[in-house]
Amino acid sequence: MKNEVLPTETIQEFSKGLVSKNSGNQNFGDVMVVGGGVSGIQASLDLATAGFKVYLIEKGASIGGHMAQLDKTFPTNDCSM
Amino acid sequence: MTFTEVDQVEGEQGDFKIRLKTKPRYIIEEKCTGCSTCTEYCPVQYPDAFNQDISGNKAVHVYFSQAIPLVAYIDESCLYLKDKKCDICRGICKTGAIDFNQTVQKTDINVGAIILSYGIEPFDPGVKDEYGYGRLQNVVTSMDYERLLSSTGPYEGQVRRTSDREHPKKIAWIQCVGSRRVTEGDNSYCSGVCCTYTQKQVILTKDHYQDAECTIFHNDIRSFGKDFERYYQRAEAYDGVRFIRSYASIEKENPENNSVVIRYSTFDDGVKEEEFDMVVLSVGLNPPADSRMLADKFGIELNAHGFNKEIHSNPVKTSKPGVFVSGAFQGPTDIPESVFTASGAGSQCGELLDYRRGNLSRERIYPPETDVSQEEPRIGVFVCHCGANISSVVDVPSTVEYALTLPNVVYAKEQLFSCATNSAQEITELAKEKGLNRVVLGACSPRTLEPLFRDTLREAGLNQYYLDMANIREHCSWVHSKQKEDATKKAQDIIRMSVARAAWLEPLQEFDLPVNKTALVVGGGIGGMTCALSIAAQGHEVQLLEKEKDLGGIARRLDTTIEGMDVQKHLNDLITKVYQNPRIHVSHEATITDVSGYVGSFVTTVETEGQIKKIKHGASVLATGATEYEPEEYLYKENDAVYTHLELGEEIAKKEEKVVNAETLVMIQCVGSRDEKRNYCSRVCCSHAVKNAIKLKKINPDMNIYILFRDMRTYGLREDYYREAADMDVKFIRYEPEEKPQVEAVEEGGRSILRVTLPDPVLGYGLELDADVVSLAAAVIPSETTTKIAGQFKVTLSPDEFFKEAHVKLKPVEFAADGVFLCGTAHYPKHIQETINQAYGAAGRALTLLSHDTVVASGSVCVVNEYDCVSCGACITACTYGAIEFKETPKGKKAWVNPVLCKGDGVCNAKCPTDAIVLKHFTDEEIFGQIDAAVTDEEIRKQMDAAFEDA
Repeated sequence: MKNEVLPTETIQEFSKGLVSKNSGNQNFGDVMVVGGGVSGIQASLDLATAGFKVYLIEKGASIGGHMAQLDKTFPTNDCSM
Repeated sequence: MTFTEVDQVEGEQGDFKIRLKTKPRYIIEEKCTGCSTCTEYCPVQYPDAFNQDISGNKAVHVYFSQAIPLVAYIDESCLYLKDKKCDICRGICKTGAIDFNQTVQKTDINVGAIILSYGIEPFDPGVKDEYGYGRLQNVVTSMDYERLLSSTGPYEGQVRRTSDREHPKKIAWIQCVGSRRVTEGDNSYCSGVCCTYTQKQVILTKDHYQDAECTIFHNDIRSFGKDFERYYQRAEAYDGVRFIRSYASIEKENPENNSVVIRYSTFDDGVKEEEFDMVVLSVGLNPPADSRMLADKFGIELNAHGFNKEIHSNPVKTSKPGVFVSGAFQGPTDIPESVFTASGAGSQCGELLDYRRGNLSRERIYPPETDVSQEEPRIGVFVCHCGANISSVVDVPSTVEYALTLPNVVYAKEQLFSCATNSAQEITELAKEKGLNRVVLGACSPRTLEPLFRDTLREAGLNQYYLDMANIREHCSWVHSKQKEDATKKAQDIIRMSVARAAWLEPLQEFDLPVNKTALVVGGGIGGMTCALSIAAQGHEVQLLEKEKDLGGIARRLDTTIEGMDVQKHLNDLITKVYQNPRIHVSHEATITDVSGYVGSFVTTVETEGQIKKIKHGASVLATGATEYEPEEYLYKENDAVYTHLELGEEIAKKEEKVVNAETLVMIQCVGSRDEKRNYCSRVCCSHAVKNAIKLKKINPDMNIYILFRDMRTYGLREDYYREAADMDVKFIRYEPEEKPQVEAVEEGGRSILRVTLPDPVLGYGLELDADVVSLAAAVIPSETTTKIAGQFKVTLSPDEFFKEAHVKLKPVEFAADGVFLCGTAHYPKHIQETINQAYGAAGRALTLLSHDTVVASGSVCVVNEYDCVSCGACITACTYGAIEFKETPKGKKAWVNPVLCKGDGVCNAKCPTDAIVLKHFTDEEIFGQIDAAVTDEEIRKQMDAAFEDA
């Protein structure tokens, strides 16, 4: 990812106490995003920026997905990191 | 949460109960600093999955150097986990992060909505023996090749053969591996990305090795995306690059040199065999292997291929309310689509859960800022080890010692990871304790961590612009890993320069701009309306402008999509919803006369039905659509039996006898596209032709239909319809751009016909088709208002005069100008579902702005010294953001920079003949100070003396 940087708060938010503090509520404003590739990261960032709490679930050791493995991206040959 | 999978899902939209299962990492995440010392000492070598198993890694390692979280994990190959034999890492780890007692953890969470972004799996060619993958050493997949090209790859950016580690000279790519094949184990659909990624790999290979010979065996070249056609031409133009249109099969390996023999055929030479040093299989995209299981878990329906079953009117939705899908789980897609469908899914979650927005966000409170501008500089230098990233090359302790000798430096210290939470706190504490008023960090690139360290300064009550980052990682340790002594010297040079600059730094103020909560959407087609509805559903007022009398745009002329969605029904639903929505205000016959303001507070003046409206809004979405090129060729407008595909579709919908009863109908593709004038592919016409052909065949099975094409670009799942048309006996004939078909009107036997002639490269002789009707795939072109609107909103156009997005991959629905977004065909030709996806994406991005009360503008902007300004206007022309204008001052007309619009790129500085315009935070003093510190006077004298002596 070149332009997007996970804000520290977002990362902390992901990893924080997993039991929702709002268990009294009927409906939940939290969102779960399953899959931490470019699409899952973008969805999480947008939702967190727009004021929601997000759980980003990734089955592997790191987020980034297949895009992290690419050398560059077409048609601009930008680095895919 | 990594290493985590969804175990169970219960409940409904608004209240899902999820059980998560987290596998042990055997590392305590909070304690691991990612320093990789454990990896160095681990005795177990095993294949590195990140590098496609080409090179090795250790049982304990960080997945890749930029992994997030930057934390190691222990693999099942670990000797301790196998039979408790070795625990070297546990002894080595200074922070005690290794924990072999971790077990599977189950966690329960409650969420209101779910987004599935499962992505894709690369097709595994190992499933079929004929591809030779795994059997022949020098056959690799495109994913393997991607790693070979990468500087973090198995051979550090060197492409090497598996058999002998030599650089391959002759490389072949075989396209459509696993795609567009109906054979067992392959996918029938087109993966949509392989043509262009192969061209990328060819270009990068030629960058690596000028003398490489690259051969691509392909079927149709599907360069249907924005700027793809030019990219294809660029790849094709290299010397030593051959694009060969032929099926190719892997025959055998040459036992002497392990090279691979490929058999293929061309029209000129017939069947041939040729040897290549390396063969790359351009593998397609599969849905995740366990997609069926996942679908059952979430209760969603899949299509026959294993992707989410598309709801045509809203591809982000699944069959289960509250569960959305983004990215390639919709079907094979490229990165930009993955990004905007993600924003789209976010927007739809927002629609669902708007009432809960913001309840969880917290305000940060900083201590008051101390004014230190009048004090002597007191600089603190912190040198980061970055685990072993810097310290394994640069001698950090001696660099700290060195820093203490520099002017104005009052304190210096080394840190294992400056970015770790406790280290950042330490900087804050020490700044206060030692009375530091400027901080230099000898660490990494400012790109990622500058915001964090600026924050650290604010916590210490210092202005955040009193920070300078000396990049001794990317600019030093990473590139000089083998020259440790020189690298240490260079690190000291970089820090000295940084310290010199820091002494000149000035405090700058960022300011909060209020955000008007209204959105303006320009264009009332499917894109504009979908976007407006999504924004309105999240509680915002929307002003929707339409230049025509009626809403609907070009979709009014479409009957159905190729998948069978009833476009008119969908359009009527949308129009009704728009008119019924109390938050959406539509202006018809609207023309924008003026746009002023900036992100958060725009004022747009509109002329609508005889009135002038001034609209105040915080965000703008441009969805001005596209239109159809009016052909000047093939007797269009001269002969009433010649239609465009759009017109033909309308005639079919009306069941017009002349069309549906035609004996022979010929379609000509690429009319006005892919030529010198419009060097792009119109993307939709191939599917459009196939759709019309299938419809006609269903009405009149005896009709002879010919589609004359250059490359059939029915990408993605549309490939199935191409096959269906071919099975219905629609005849597809390829033509070359140099020998375009000719159309002439002739009378024969009292019947007027259109005679279409063209050479056929397959048959090798000319064809003559007598048609009753000819239909032209007229290009999709930007609507005529695009250029004017671009000027008004100060956004740019791409070479083909569609709107140019901020970043083709990562910011596909926003402009470089803040607060302006785009969607639909104004961006590039696209299908209706793609427009809908993008419209939701634009709404999602607009909401990230509109949901806030303020936006922050940077303090690093330009400012004009009126005394030096000669009013030449050079800066005004140079600025691409329209941030500079003339203002009347007591000294006359002078340039003035609007700090809100200025992006701080400094282009104007370079143009100013009198140096009157200055970019704050990059002033001449700051930069010259830094440069002067690079080479000392003494050093310069020494070098000059040496030069004299030599002379």
